[in-house]
Amino acid sequence: MSLLSIRNMKTDIGQYAVLHDISFEVPEGGVFVLLGRNGAGKTTTLRSIMGLWTPSPGSVQFRGEDISALHTAEIARKGIAYVPENMGIFGTLTVDENLILATSNGRFDPARLARIHALFPALERFRDKQAWSLSGGQKQMLSVARAIIEPRALILIDEPTKGLAPAIVDAMAEAFREIAQTTTILLVEQNFAFAKSLGRDMAVIDDGRVAHTGTMADFVADTTLQHRLLSLSL
Amino acid sequence: MITSDTRHTTGTLVIKSVVALIAALLLFAPFLFQDVRSLEVAARICIFIVLVASFDLLIGYTGIVSFAHTMFFGFGAYGAAILLKQMGPGWTPVLLGALAGVAVSLVFAVAIGLLSLRVKAIFFAMITLAAASVVLVLASQLSQITGGEDGIIYKSPDLFKTATKLLTDADGKVVRLWDVKLNGKLAAYYFVFITSLILFLAMLRFVGSPFGTVLKAIRENEARAEAIGYRVVAYRTAVFCLSATIASLAGTVYAVWLKYTGPDTALSFSIMIDILLMVVIGGMGTMWGAVIGAVLLILAQYYLRDLMGAASEALTGVPLLPELLAPDRWLFWLGIIFILLVYFFPRGIAGTMMTGRKGA
Repeated sequence: MSLLSIRNMKTDIGQYAVLHDISFEVPEGGVFVLLGRNGAGKTTTLRSIMGLWTPSPGSVQFRGEDISALHTAEIARKGIAYVPENMGIFGTLTVDENLILATSNGRFDPARLARIHALFPALERFRDKQAWSLSGGQKQMLSVARAIIEPRALILIDEPTKGLAPAIVDAMAEAFREIAQTTTILLVEQNFAFAKSLGRDMAVIDDGRVAHTGTMADFVADTTLQHRLLSLSL
Repeated sequence: MITSDTRHTTGTLVIKSVVALIAALLLFAPFLFQDVRSLEVAARICIFIVLVASFDLLIGYTGIVSFAHTMFFGFGAYGAAILLKQMGPGWTPVLLGALAGVAVSLVFAVAIGLLSLRVKAIFFAMITLAAASVVLVLASQLSQITGGEDGIIYKSPDLFKTATKLLTDADGKVVRLWDVKLNGKLAAYYFVFITSLILFLAMLRFVGSPFGTVLKAIRENEARAEAIGYRVVAYRTAVFCLSATIASLAGTVYAVWLKYTGPDTALSFSIMIDILLMVVIGGMGTMWGAVIGAVLLILAQYYLRDLMGAASEALTGVPLLPELLAPDRWLFWLGIIFILLVYFFPRGIAGTMMTGRKGA
């Protein structure tokens, strides 16, 4: 059984139908990458899974349970974390407060906190700083750290490398590799080199529909398919 | 180089020092300022610090705009006033009145919260305004219970009577400490001071708790807070109830101190405007701001007239200035001071100084 199963998901935003027919299966473990051109519906897919937009009934199954009608907070409590495109940190709170918000009992597990500090040393240096004062890369690290401060079954990550310096992108890739050893990641990414280095399985979304699903290795090997679906070569 | 961080640290230190000084002045107020008016001002400051801080839990910490805060204050005040009038002076009517005020406040807060905290902020504000207006009209109309426009005059517990001697000497006369009689008036002031201090410290602890952090997160971005697992409506309703409870208790304390409760002292919209001004002057989203805002506005309300009268007299003979500073124009100058404060401290005095940032 897949960890996450999306079946014929449709999502309307206001009067506009944004997702017409999204279906894919995210297996447990590793990184599943969603690719697609700008405006294809990748972010809407993540937001619909998270309940931030309302998907069509019965279209989102998590561990075999229909979560399409659940409230966002309940979906989060099922063990799904969301790292949005704009990082989604709370600027007026300190780094530690941002992290502690995502814990279930208001306390840090020292081992997990140590692991996060090992992954992102800047977050240890700036523990008491208000998050608005961090750099873009540090904010992204904080956003990811918040998603892993407690064990999660699935992390939805939306374009984590957007606007980041290459050195930070490399650090982020290392961090994701380590996180993916214990947690499943559903990653939306436009940086194809980054996506290729991490992804095991993948899907391509085009105009609100899934245009292709398969393994990343097969997709990388098929340049014709890449050109047809993304107008780019990996 | 002066950075935002050094400004933040220095500003925080300055604000906390000022608040500590205010606390010390309020603690020793009966001994430092030995006239009736000053004690009245000190007691009002204590109660309004609590009232403003409890309002700041809503507007500053959670981003909820409510105009019903005086309604909850009024429930607490009328609860104690009605029972003190009916049952006579004693602690039982005070306690029962406080409980009744809190119970009614909670019923209203839960009803308003669950029914309307899902809607947009402006609609919620309008609903609270309507509820507060209805209660104000009811308090004025139900004169058999509330005393109508005239309000209720009653006696506070015997301990707080001016004639009560807290300590007597060998001759049976009341003991004086630094020339201040240790009588019931002093006990009444310290009742106000201590209950206000306890309520304020409880709020301070609350905003520093994980629950307080969630509220700040909700204020900043509701969707993000939902996405990490917090039911925003539940949290907003809970803080609305907590804020209403504290406002209600502040109302009870004020009723015991004043020995009079009427629409003007407990429910009027001028009190709501004062609370809003105090929050804006002091700074939203910081408990210290409530202290600064309440102190500045109440001192201005009580002493700006006197100060202007003295200045006007001192400037007799100078053209124009005595007329400009005539005591009757105090509201005009209060408005000017308010505009200047908002201009130079856009996040309120404490808010601007403690964050080291001027912008929102």
